[in-house]
Amino acid sequence: MEDDLLKENGRQPVNSAVIEFQSKSNNEGFARVIAAAFVSQLDPTLEEIADVKTAVSEAVTNAIIHGYEGRQGSVRMECVLYEDSVVISISDKGKGISDIEQARQPLYTSRPDLERSGMGFTIMETFMDRLEVFSKPGEGTTVTLYKIFKSLA
Amino acid sequence: MQVRFVNKGNILIASLSGELDHHSAEYLRIKLDMEIIKATVKNVVFDFSKLIFMDSSGVGVIIGRYRNVQKLKGKMAIACANQQIGRILEMSGIIRVVPLFNSLSEAVQWAS
Repeated sequence: MEDDLLKENGRQPVNSAVIEFQSKSNNEGFARVIAAAFVSQLDPTLEEIADVKTAVSEAVTNAIIHGYEGRQGSVRMECVLYEDSVVISISDKGKGISDIEQARQPLYTSRPDLERSGMGFTIMETFMDRLEVFSKPGEGTTVTLYKIFKSLA
Repeated sequence: MQVRFVNKGNILIASLSGELDHHSAEYLRIKLDMEIIKATVKNVVFDFSKLIFMDSSGVGVIIGRYRNVQKLKGKMAIACANQQIGRILEMSGIIRVVPLFNSLSEAVQWAS
């Protein structure tokens, strides 16, 4: 049943928003606040909002650190709201991930030099209901996060 | 993100407020490293009572500082993490070596 919900099954979105911003670390907080404010219109619990903020923070940080490796670029966040759920896609046009399976391994990091914990994908998976990663080396990465607000379902 | 320091015997108490993400991690890392050297203490307690958000970048900062403190045979603990931060700390496994306490006094007592 949960899977059916996540497939959207022809259900109509109730709202959507797209925002594009520079790959600057200041925008990590900006993206979190935007995503939190957007899902708030459904009136989920504070814990559910915190889950969304955490996952968005991880995805946007990955785009900035790993996608663009600190260089300037643009990060796009698309939010689609359903009656009791949200789908958030975060895309960059950075270097891409050559081995997605390896990148998703808990504690794996391509940048141990930066004191990265390697927990980003694990946190996204744990705090959301589903996570999809599409990436092409040299073209970029899109991470899609799915969250069902169980308080509303 | 802001950090305030108080020395209590052989413990440095670092009280964080605001949001700890990749953007604020570098600032915090520099502040902590400078203060740990300056204070010449080997034990560190983090007071998270005013920290409202943390992601995996915060875990990276804590693990990095723990490695330094460990070299001096010091102890490190965390007090008063909210639910969101508590979950991340638990997932990371760091709380096996940097335990989490519900009050600052318990954390200070453990690190003394």
